[in-house]
Amino acid sequence: MESNQAKNSLLSSHDNIQRTQYPYVTGTSVVALKYKDGILMASDMGGSYGSTLRYKSVERLKPIGKHSLLGASGELSDFQEILRYLDELILYDNMWDDGNSLGPKEVHNYLTRVMYNRRNKFDPLWNTLVLGGVKNGQKYLGMVSHCYIFMQVSGNELYAFLVGFDNDTVVTVQVSMIGVNFEDDHVATGFGNHLARPILRDEWHENLSYEEGVKLLEKCMLVLLYRDRSAVNKLQIAKITEEGVTISQPYSLKTFWGFSAFQNPTVGAEGSW
Amino acid sequence: MFRNQYDTDVTTWSPAGRLFQVEYAMEAVKQGSAAIGLRSKTHVVLGCVNKANSELSSHQKKIFKVDDHIGVAIAGLTADGRVLSRYMRSECINYGFTYESPLPVGRLVVQLADKAQVCTQRSWKRPYGVGLLVGGLDESGAHLYYNCPSGNYFEYQAFAIGSRSQAAKTYLERRFEKFMDSSRDDLVKDALLAIRETLQGESLKSSICTVAVVGAGEPFHVLDNETVQKLIDSFEIAAVDEAPAAEPDAPADQGAPADQGAPADQGAPADQRPATDEGVAPMDI
Repeated sequence: MESNQAKNSLLSSHDNIQRTQYPYVTGTSVVALKYKDGILMASDMGGSYGSTLRYKSVERLKPIGKHSLLGASGELSDFQEILRYLDELILYDNMWDDGNSLGPKEVHNYLTRVMYNRRNKFDPLWNTLVLGGVKNGQKYLGMVSHCYIFMQVSGNELYAFLVGFDNDTVVTVQVSMIGVNFEDDHVATGFGNHLARPILRDEWHENLSYEEGVKLLEKCMLVLLYRDRSAVNKLQIAKITEEGVTISQPYSLKTFWGFSAFQNPTVGAEGSW
Repeated sequence: MFRNQYDTDVTTWSPAGRLFQVEYAMEAVKQGSAAIGLRSKTHVVLGCVNKANSELSSHQKKIFKVDDHIGVAIAGLTADGRVLSRYMRSECINYGFTYESPLPVGRLVVQLADKAQVCTQRSWKRPYGVGLLVGGLDESGAHLYYNCPSGNYFEYQAFAIGSRSQAAKTYLERRFEKFMDSSRDDLVKDALLAIRETLQGESLKSSICTVAVVGAGEPFHVLDNETVQKLIDSFEIAAVDEAPAAEPDAPADQGAPADQGAPADQGAPADQRPATDEGVAPMDI
């Protein structure tokens, strides 16, 4: 009996299972919006190893099947795992060979189930996903995120971490409760939620042309580039319409760092150094 | 003396390349009271004849709602039909949970057929003794399928199964070309008239039939007795001029299966056949 217990704790060591508690390589914001003919989505190509900009050519926008487009921020290897799930999903869907196919709504809901399921195993996929698509003339844009996100304030660094995972938490501030999925006319993940959504709320309208849409996204990406330290000046814009997906070649935005606010950014910000 | 050597086991072939147990299971479908189905571009109507087992009992339910967009009508072993309906319900609900959208009818039918097929290839199982008319609506429109115990499935414009279904089939065959553009109400009317064909003289009453509808903007539902009776009453008046055209054919149809039956009976000795056998070749279906 005793030896049995000893064996158990040696072999399975239930109380010592380690799962990914912190993301390793992450991508930052994804911004997406509906426009006249479909969905436009933008993301930069940076991959951060902690706060080090370790990778500079990561594709974070991927087509899923015929009708959907997926953008991801967060853990990049988790995103690759999600892409494997989706490849399998689409493959099995095509194997029916019956003319039916999963649309963006179905893929979005599938992802919601996968993310929530992994969260309940306390082994979350560390991503916030944006799913856009067009099927049968219907535009669709939705977002899924892995769990409740809290912010830990320690020193001057902000870490996103999972509630209940870290017992040594100093201060926790709840920033958002996006364990749920939702649809909207425009969405953005991470920093984009704070910096791009206000712009989109002001300037977005239903009848944006392709050119206007791209311009609006570039405006958002420029603000993010200026204010989000994880953003890099190499981005892609993807378009999905009834005709299918096209993803642009990587390109850069024209920047201007001569604004006086950039010269001494902490002037007038009391308590800053 | 001339006992069939090849019909004691589902997995045993006859030298002629037949699986008798599977064919017997398909005979069970013909023993059940009739079920019919027909569809237009936007609607599917299912109907069935309700026969009580004894004077003292009520009849068994033969039409089941699977989901808002799918329903089935069964003929054969009701118990098997209920098990398969439960399977279909759970498949629909699981698909709905994962994808938040309705399961395409064609896919459910394939899953159901695969389930039935397994029973024809396992020595310790028996085939389901029930035929299912699966009617439903999905992205690609309205569909009507027939699933049979052999694991085969077929898509139909209109079909009838069960006892005396040949009469209903003949009625439907004569009219099916118009069904595609039929209104919902005309479809229900044709369903009732097709059911009437299987009654052989007995008059059509709401108490002996069930009708169910699914279509665009109309989730699957069984029409209540009162509605059906009202429809019968109104159609019976309208059908006065059509009825003579339909009735003379009915006796003629009874003769038709007899000649088809000849080849089918070769394998199975007459004493193995039910006395009421209409003699249609089982593999026809």
